[in-house]
Amino acid sequence: MSPDQGAAVAPSTDALPNPLPRPADELGRLRAAWARPRGWRALGEINNNLIGPLFVATALLFLTLAGLLGVLIRVQLAMPGLTIIDPATYNQVFTMHGTVMMFLFAVPAVEAVGITLLPAMLGAREMPTPRLGAYAYWIYVIGGLAFFSSLFFGAAPDGGWFMYPPLTSKEHSPGINTDMYLLGIGFIEISAIAGAIELIVGILRCRAPGMTLGRMPIFAWAMLVFAAMVVFAFPAVIVASTLLELERAFDWPFFLPERGGDPLLWQHLFWFFGHPEVYVIFLPAAGMVSMIVPAMAGTALLAHGLVVTALVGTAFLSFGLWVHHMYTTGIPGLSLAYFSAAGFAVSVPSGLQVFAWIGTFAAGKRVRIATPTLFVFGFLFIFVLGGLTGVMVSATPFDWQAHDTYFIVAHLHYVLIGGMVFPLLAALYYWAPAIGRPLSERLGRWAFWLLFLGTNLTFFPMHFAGFAGMPRRIYTYPAGMGLELWNALSTAGAAMVLAGGVVLLADIARNFRPGRGSDRSPWDSGTAEWLPSEDFGLRSIPRITGRYPLWDNPRLGEEVTAGRHFLPGTLTGRREALVTSPAEALPQYVAVIPGPGFAHLVAAVGTAGFFLSLAVSAVVPAAGFGLVALAGFLRWLWTGTDLGPLPARRDGVGAGLELPNYVTGPLSTSWWAMVCLMLVSGTAYACQMGSYLFLWLVNGDAMWPPAGMAAPQGGFGAAALAGYLASGGVVMLASRALRRRDALPGLLLPVALLLLAGGFAADLMALWEAGLRPTMHAHAAASYALLVWQGFHVAVAAIMAGYVLARSWAGLLDGTRRLSFDNMMLFWLYTVGQGLAGLALLHGFPRLLA
Amino acid sequence: MRRPGLVACAALAGCSGIQTPLDPWGAQAGHIATLTHVLFIGGTAIFLLTMGLLAAALLAPGRWRQAMGSRRFVIGGGIVFPVVTLAALLVYSLGISRALTLPGEAAPLKVEIIGRQYWWEVRYPELGEGAVTANELHLPVGRDVELQLSSGDVIHSVWIPNLHGKMDMIPGRVNRQRLRVDRTGVLRGQCTEFCGIQHSFMAFWVVAHEPADFAAWVARQQAPVPPPATAAAAEGMRVFGEAGCGACHAVRGTAWQGRLAPDLSRIGGRLSLAAGALENHRANLAGWIAGAQDIKPGNAMPAYGRSLEGAELLAVADWLETLR
Repeated sequence: MSPDQGAAVAPSTDALPNPLPRPADELGRLRAAWARPRGWRALGEINNNLIGPLFVATALLFLTLAGLLGVLIRVQLAMPGLTIIDPATYNQVFTMHGTVMMFLFAVPAVEAVGITLLPAMLGAREMPTPRLGAYAYWIYVIGGLAFFSSLFFGAAPDGGWFMYPPLTSKEHSPGINTDMYLLGIGFIEISAIAGAIELIVGILRCRAPGMTLGRMPIFAWAMLVFAAMVVFAFPAVIVASTLLELERAFDWPFFLPERGGDPLLWQHLFWFFGHPEVYVIFLPAAGMVSMIVPAMAGTALLAHGLVVTALVGTAFLSFGLWVHHMYTTGIPGLSLAYFSAAGFAVSVPSGLQVFAWIGTFAAGKRVRIATPTLFVFGFLFIFVLGGLTGVMVSATPFDWQAHDTYFIVAHLHYVLIGGMVFPLLAALYYWAPAIGRPLSERLGRWAFWLLFLGTNLTFFPMHFAGFAGMPRRIYTYPAGMGLELWNALSTAGAAMVLAGGVVLLADIARNFRPGRGSDRSPWDSGTAEWLPSEDFGLRSIPRITGRYPLWDNPRLGEEVTAGRHFLPGTLTGRREALVTSPAEALPQYVAVIPGPGFAHLVAAVGTAGFFLSLAVSAVVPAAGFGLVALAGFLRWLWTGTDLGPLPARRDGVGAGLELPNYVTGPLSTSWWAMVCLMLVSGTAYACQMGSYLFLWLVNGDAMWPPAGMAAPQGGFGAAALAGYLASGGVVMLASRALRRRDALPGLLLPVALLLLAGGFAADLMALWEAGLRPTMHAHAAASYALLVWQGFHVAVAAIMAGYVLARSWAGLLDGTRRLSFDNMMLFWLYTVGQGLAGLALLHGFPRLLA
Repeated sequence: MRRPGLVACAALAGCSGIQTPLDPWGAQAGHIATLTHVLFIGGTAIFLLTMGLLAAALLAPGRWRQAMGSRRFVIGGGIVFPVVTLAALLVYSLGISRALTLPGEAAPLKVEIIGRQYWWEVRYPELGEGAVTANELHLPVGRDVELQLSSGDVIHSVWIPNLHGKMDMIPGRVNRQRLRVDRTGVLRGQCTEFCGIQHSFMAFWVVAHEPADFAAWVARQQAPVPPPATAAAAEGMRVFGEAGCGACHAVRGTAWQGRLAPDLSRIGGRLSLAAGALENHRANLAGWIAGAQDIKPGNAMPAYGRSLEGAELLAVADWLETLR
């Protein structure tokens, strides 16, 4: 651009952060920093514009695989008495259909869309922790494919995606099928949590300057709520899986009533995860719709604030609904009434959003009817119907009839296909031009009609099948009960859905090519993801002044591309992100973020190998994979994090801002990520404490431990208390010494570690010396489970301490460059706090009862 | 590819309608059916209204659309309307819940049902020795019944939709359900909690009798089985003993008192075999003993097709058929 042009625009753009002309080498340096490696080295790329589309594609692959399993189910049920697949295989097929759809398609798919779109939508270059995102992707793809292939060896889980014990206990399911689920899925949840942490930090800290929470796009709100729900919901299922695996592998009787356990403990834990899971899937999809509808209607979303409130409100309410899945377990009437009311209440925010979308269509001058709009209409039709049957099943007496029949199969597919798949497909057609070449309108319409009619034809008759007496999860049914017609229609519908899927995939294969999207939205959208971008994302980070920046300022694209906004180049010569404050989005620092590498890939292979080896009881390979994973993590951390202040150009941010490129403490994104991790750990620990207390309740005895068993020994408990507290104190002392002396005194961390390990040993001895053994009773098992979790944290703290010591010896740690130390300290103090909470429960509670 | 001989619904003239919540045979199912109709009608109306509004948002004249494109429309339709409707529905459905939990007769007929993979053990603890059956629940009409539901292995769930909703059978617990049947006849019930490989074939029959007929049925259950009347039956009884069937099955009045499998004292009079998997007649009896693992793979009954001759199988079937 010539200086004349710059001068011409000068009067109206005086306030822009950066002047023209831009330095000659600026764009080149930026491109070099973000260049994608060539050839096979591109595998090490972590940029969201590569990982995001790959993530979406992998999720669609699992949708296809699980969808084919669904078609297989429909073939087997087409007529009464068919034996196309045998009962054992059928049980694996329906279990895998549900499990893959929920864990390998739905949750990863919305995370994938988030990782793909959010940086651009927030006006950011990249997520703050792209390597974590890439790691989450790779464990998902490796673990997911290995998990799916268990089907070909007859080793796939066969107890339903809900895996109720005691059907899944060692006695009733001796094979490895159940372990495949518990370990195979258990660690894919790690991927979901890693992705969620990345999203939380990214959404709260990497928005373009001026994009206050009030101006943040609804999709970002939805993803923020989604990620927070993952943080609080997924630990419950990880705990449940861990407890069941402990029971299966080591005979710790959490769910066996003969020794004080209770099968219902599993159901409470599972549905505490499982019900929010429904909204975890739906809310991001609703967020997508809230982006598409305003664009297609050409007007701002109606009642924006209320829609945000609805998203947050749904999240809160959804954690009070888990008993919905347990109406028939014999729970007392009063609590059923409460949960019934909560079930009605949660439908209000969804209804509110539906009316906001309808109102937005009405407010638009002329609604653009294109494939994304069709999918939104389809979504509204299917989702509203599913939502209404959802209100029905919230009414307890109705649910007693509908529960576990095909009525529920119909309901859940209406809610999930309507509430998630259709919005996702709308999103695919809507955003394809933003991240690559657009899809075909003609094929899109074919796909829509086949999928819309097919979905209704498949699932609407199931309402009738359910009321004609057809239970779920049966591999065949008798003739003459009036089920033939409904099942034949459903199977015909499945064929139609299959045809729609083929058209959809053909469209993607023929037309879509990821890469540089078009520079303008074909739908005249108003949000920042439609700004022109390259590998580095936006050339400069826009200053945002409203909810629809492109409608507010139609020239924003030119300004951004010209480098007139913030951070038009790279200050350090590396990849960078502008980090802003969480509420007001005021620029705070320029974070140097990692580039391509292979450490995260090695760590991902190691993690996946570790859990899958454990699932098939191969302990030695598991240990090997574990070491590989650890080595990958350590290299990743050592080379890519905590770089310290780097030499940088001083004035490259714009608007006269001089921002540091290294910060520590609550200002840094890694502190935020660590706090999120603490929330995950804390939730898991709270679930275990809850399990301990729940087992006390169901044993119906005022004594806990039950009569005949001794309480943990107080002397050892006191020693553990002292050890934990002292180790926390020493670490804080080390922190102060690091600040004052600008170096870490060599002895303090080893002492702190000894104290922590000693405290943990005393914690353990308190149970052991009291004669408690984990196999003897659910009380003892639940007590030791708390210590297993604590021991895991002590071990991680030990690794972190060793790492920090090594950084210190290598001269990479001082009073300024202390991010590694600070994160370790945060984790350490959390571990101490968790230990204290455990001691209070294990020692305090029995004495409170006595 | 269809499995021949499977499924016993044809044993009764048309099974349609005997396993549905929409044809209540008792007060409990009646309350729920009323609620169901209210929900269906209300749900349909709201669905049509919402779709109508969506159509109006796209197609209606400008003035209408303008009115709908307002915050007031969102608050009215998205908050006020659902809150009012749902509050009313909540009060109504809690009323139905209450009606279902009202204490009925002080001394209901108590029936223990124990779910097992993949059949139902049914006992009448107050009616004395021998009031035991399997895969059938015989009830007198017009009397309150309390089902006491437990499990012998994994979680099952009892569902007799024409009488009441579901209630789970959970190891380590006893769940109770009150119901009542108001007319005589036969209903079908089924397990609704996934319980393993043969969850699909875990059905049972509910037979509702006039009180006098019920008393007669109980008396017949309690009587010891008569000695075999024919030579074939006697041979069958001998084979039954030699094959070790009594280790799992009980036959009243004999030394065979196993409880791992259905009590066979009145097997000949039952409406089906193998928890609703087969019609009950001589050929199916023999076929089941020979090929239980082909008919219902994974159930606990071993297949005797290799260890017993055809004639022996038929003899056992002959004897069992006489146990009515």
